[in-house]
Amino acid sequence: MLLIKCPFCGDRDELEFSCGGEAHIARPLAENTLTDAEFADYLFLRDNPKGVFLERWIHTDGCRRWFNVARDTVSHEIIEVYPMGETPKTEAAKAAHKASWRRQTAAEAAAKPASPAGRSGS
Amino acid sequence: MGYKPDRGARGLPGGKPKYSIFSLARNAGSYHQDWQRAWRAPEPKAEYDAVIIGGGGHGLATAYYMAAVHGMTNIAVLEKGWLGGGNTGRNTTIIRSNYLWDESAAIYEHALKLWEGLAQDLNFNIMFSQRGVLTIAHSEHELREMSRRVHAIKLNGIDSDVLGPEEIKAFVPIINIDQSIRYPVMGGFLQKRGGTARHDAVAWGYARAADDLGVDIIQNCEVTGLRRNGDSIEGVETTRGFIKTPKVGCVVAGHCSVMAAMAGIRLPIASRPLQALVSEPIKPVLDTVIMSNAVHMYISQSDKGEMVLGAGVDKYNSYAQRGSFPTPEHMIAAGVELFPILSRLRMLRHWGGIVDTCPDASPIISRTDVKGLYFNCGWGTGGFKATPGSGHVFADLIAHDRPNKIAAPYSLDRFQTGLLIDEHGAAGVAH
Repeated sequence: MLLIKCPFCGDRDELEFSCGGEAHIARPLAENTLTDAEFADYLFLRDNPKGVFLERWIHTDGCRRWFNVARDTVSHEIIEVYPMGETPKTEAAKAAHKASWRRQTAAEAAAKPASPAGRSGS
Repeated sequence: MGYKPDRGARGLPGGKPKYSIFSLARNAGSYHQDWQRAWRAPEPKAEYDAVIIGGGGHGLATAYYMAAVHGMTNIAVLEKGWLGGGNTGRNTTIIRSNYLWDESAAIYEHALKLWEGLAQDLNFNIMFSQRGVLTIAHSEHELREMSRRVHAIKLNGIDSDVLGPEEIKAFVPIINIDQSIRYPVMGGFLQKRGGTARHDAVAWGYARAADDLGVDIIQNCEVTGLRRNGDSIEGVETTRGFIKTPKVGCVVAGHCSVMAAMAGIRLPIASRPLQALVSEPIKPVLDTVIMSNAVHMYISQSDKGEMVLGAGVDKYNSYAQRGSFPTPEHMIAAGVELFPILSRLRMLRHWGGIVDTCPDASPIISRTDVKGLYFNCGWGTGGFKATPGSGHVFADLIAHDRPNKIAAPYSLDRFQTGLLIDEHGAAGVAH
């Protein structure tokens, strides 16, 4: 049984939460520039590591807010809980974020806002 | 359907005595001390024509049909632990072919036809028992969805019948059909040809028969890397050295994403724990299999008398082969309501297996972008029933480097074309 520290409500039993799967999957904005195979990376293909995994959770029976969790899929140890829209801070979770094949995909590149006429993506 | 699958060479060319009532009697004379080994424990050779990674039911079946049907005998099965120690030995042994779509009917019925002759084919008692599989519905909507599925199943020439609550009560006397409970039994459908088999025996039977045909079964040999030469596979790195081979078939269930990463390819798989438990043995009270999709519970009684119960998948990814408590608790609550007799039973064992769930609840039987590398995975929560059919079509795919008619819809391409085979309704356990 996991004890998950909701950033808004504190330590709660896993029963109160739902897991939303892999974190940091952004919808490609420039989707028309992608091939079907590249779009499949976004739509269907999932990171499924044996080790540190970055995933989204929601406190369904509590505050109903989303947050990210870095968790080990072998020991079930929760390494870090961090807010939506941010990347992890701890070394192990940072390494997992960097190592994910998703960082190299065209779908992820296309998720950044187009930056014509001096607008820069963030 | 109406076809007979090619079951391959029969008989045991390895010179092992056949298992029969006579061999049993003969060995009783020596207090069963002189039974020959069922399979060898060979050292891995430096090179094979093909290597199968994973010595579970699907992997061993693949090796057996490659040797028996396609004459590929210079092959090896690599298993990191012991044969059938993964999901093959952890499932609840349910066999059925009552799926919604034509593609699923083709492969699961192919498997069921092979099950029906498997004990004879392998000369091994796999204790296949066609005791029927009854799926129950707890709402009007589920009942309508079920009759739609039954019509589709019948159009594919597969047996299935809708039953009302009274008929269910007559078929399964221990069930509670009181309509005032939280999830009342409103109806169900029965596949009489469905049933159970002894899961360990399936692994052992395939292993023994494959070994007879010359297949090297190598246990305690973990694959640590897949060596590529450009776009082709060159061999596998293992804990017992490098093995050169032009063809590698990955049949590793929960670890398929780990294997895929070694080859630099990606899969749409999420690995999740699926839990089951058995009670203390009691006298026979249940001579069929009952499944409920809505409350995520399935139950049968083993030949030893244990009640075998299976739960839903856990909600988060894991490779730990153990699950969380809320999942079986939920299932037991539903089980006790449906079968009040369970309330006084003590549970003896409880375990988890890591299943490879796919977005459309259908398997992947496919070539990959790496020439000579094949994957058979994504069976998720319901792979055991397909063991012979899965091995049969995967052997054909590896031998000929092209999918046959049954395997073709299960290609990885479907996640690009969108031709998904959505079996979330028939998979029995929500993914």
